[in-house]
Amino acid sequence: MAELAYWEAIRRAHDEEMARDKMVIAMGEDIGVAGGTYKATSGLYEKYGEERVIDTPISENSYTGIGIGAAMIGMRPVIEIMSINFALLALDTIVNAAAKIRYMSGGQLEVPIVVRTPGGTAHQLAAQHSARLARMFMSTSGLRVVTPRGPLDAYGMLKSAIRSNDPVIIIEHEQMYNMKEEIPDEEYFRPLEGAEIVREGSDITLIGYNYSVHLCLEAAKKLEADGISAEVIDLRSLKPIDRETIRKSVEKTHNVVIAEEDEAPVGVGSEIITGINEDCFFALDSQPVRVHAADVPVPYNATLEKAAIPNADDVYQGALKALGKI
Amino acid sequence: MDNADKKRLLREMIFYRRFEERTFEAYMERKIGGFLHLYSGQEAVATGVLEMAVTGQGKDNDYVITGYRDHIHAIKTGASPSEVMAELYGKENGCCKGRGGSMHIFDASQNFMGGYALVGQPFPLAAGLAMGCKHKGTDQIAICFLGDGANNQGTFHETMNMAKIWNLPVLFVCENNGYAIGTHINRSTAQPDQYKRVDTAYCMESSQHDGMDIDNVMAAAKEAIDYVRSGKGPYFLELMTYRFRGHSMSDSKGYRTREEEKEWEKRDPIKLYSDKLLKAKVLTEADIKAMEKEIDDEIENVIIKFAEEGPEPKVEDLNKYVLDDNPDPRWIGPLQNN
Repeated sequence: MAELAYWEAIRRAHDEEMARDKMVIAMGEDIGVAGGTYKATSGLYEKYGEERVIDTPISENSYTGIGIGAAMIGMRPVIEIMSINFALLALDTIVNAAAKIRYMSGGQLEVPIVVRTPGGTAHQLAAQHSARLARMFMSTSGLRVVTPRGPLDAYGMLKSAIRSNDPVIIIEHEQMYNMKEEIPDEEYFRPLEGAEIVREGSDITLIGYNYSVHLCLEAAKKLEADGISAEVIDLRSLKPIDRETIRKSVEKTHNVVIAEEDEAPVGVGSEIITGINEDCFFALDSQPVRVHAADVPVPYNATLEKAAIPNADDVYQGALKALGKI
Repeated sequence: MDNADKKRLLREMIFYRRFEERTFEAYMERKIGGFLHLYSGQEAVATGVLEMAVTGQGKDNDYVITGYRDHIHAIKTGASPSEVMAELYGKENGCCKGRGGSMHIFDASQNFMGGYALVGQPFPLAAGLAMGCKHKGTDQIAICFLGDGANNQGTFHETMNMAKIWNLPVLFVCENNGYAIGTHINRSTAQPDQYKRVDTAYCMESSQHDGMDIDNVMAAAKEAIDYVRSGKGPYFLELMTYRFRGHSMSDSKGYRTREEEKEWEKRDPIKLYSDKLLKAKVLTEADIKAMEKEIDDEIENVIIKFAEEGPEPKVEDLNKYVLDDNPDPRWIGPLQNN
């Protein structure tokens, strides 16, 4: 076991997969000579050369499209989009091409691309660098969307995403790149599907994904001090969603909070609660609670930004509200 | 090119015209749904360019990709006309099992990598195919056919730039038919000569030629394809042409004059080529008549029959082909440790 930062885990996954398979290439802005904005591809250019670690111009839609074209004939491109806000520029090639080519061709072709992109707020990056947008990708048929919460999954899920034959969107988070975790020295894979119970509990289920899992874990600790036992689920995959794990947990705890960093309308929480209504409505003892961002473009001002984005205390308060304690 | 090849080329173009006009009838009979974009008038472009490429050889073919006016490009690359027609009919025996339709013809077995309905989207996909060819070290190239209207998309500029800086083996064929749907090129495009838009801006080799005379097209295509295949990088080939039908079936062509249409009809690629072959005594009027009869019989008795008799896709297969239907649980899961 060795402690690796999130960015180091991503780099290790790239390195191993590129060493194994010549068809694996990396593409993106500043990922090569500059080593990547978050260092996640550092050293790879020197090791694999400019043909396989490709510094692209600032042309998100078309370099993603080039990755898709290459993937259609057997390449395995790992595409970094520097911020999920910029991924909006690539929505045409991701949503209209990558997600639909297998279907439109009647299963003749597949598009095994991986798009890695950080989605989340950091510190005063303002409205155009703070989008989360997970809900936009999870609403698209033909994509897989995963949200590694730490280095263990960042490494293991990227390895799986590269091997998978589907287009996979990996949503990372600006505030997680330096997060550290012990991960095995030997090669391992973490599956792209399946939620994970990261803390067992019996009184309430707190559901998070990506960075919000950590808010849930922090809230669970506070609840424990109040004598409330909270179970925490990391969704891990937003498309598809593992409804079975959620159902089992809600049938055990009978109360639920969903923590999302995104705005609420048509969001992750809406989808999870709909699933709960359909799967285990009568197991609920209380109304499900959504903890989410304010429905505003993210403000620059630090005080306003803090007010717009949910934190661990908001999740804690949400749990108390669900349990009728406030 | 010997006389047999010349006859074959003429036959192919007549076949493509008759095929498209027959889809028009089937559309009017509501056998074909959705949007239908016909290639009539532009036959010399796809026929001439692809005659110079590697086609009909299965996975050894060059990679071909285009927009939504795609039936003929698919067939000339090697797709079965019966399977293309069945696809237009939405049948399970269509080349895409009825999932794609007219605008999304694919035949991966012949490296025909699809028709796409987002104008300009195939530019980067083509460059990606070329990147794959280069990476694998094959002799194959990617050929992207798109209309002049596509050149006002961002993907055009982004892709021309990247194709050049990465020296990708891709041939961009601009089928300049003068209209972006219903807007004339002089009203939509600051530089109407499309080949000029890439030469200084992206330092790309480019040229403009008549696209109605198939001999011209083949000569220009040969030079362009040789250039790309030799490893010199991308090439942009602009071919001047005209579509005789509207943009799609719902187009009344109110944006252009009958006089203009008549001028172009004088240069109908099939007429130009048949006149040339008649003059050179490669064949006779009677040969052409016999050819047409044979083609109509084939379309009716083989191709339409195949489409008409094809089975409907099964509703229980609705959710197939969305994601990998047989994923490896090691990568996909689900997670077992809960």
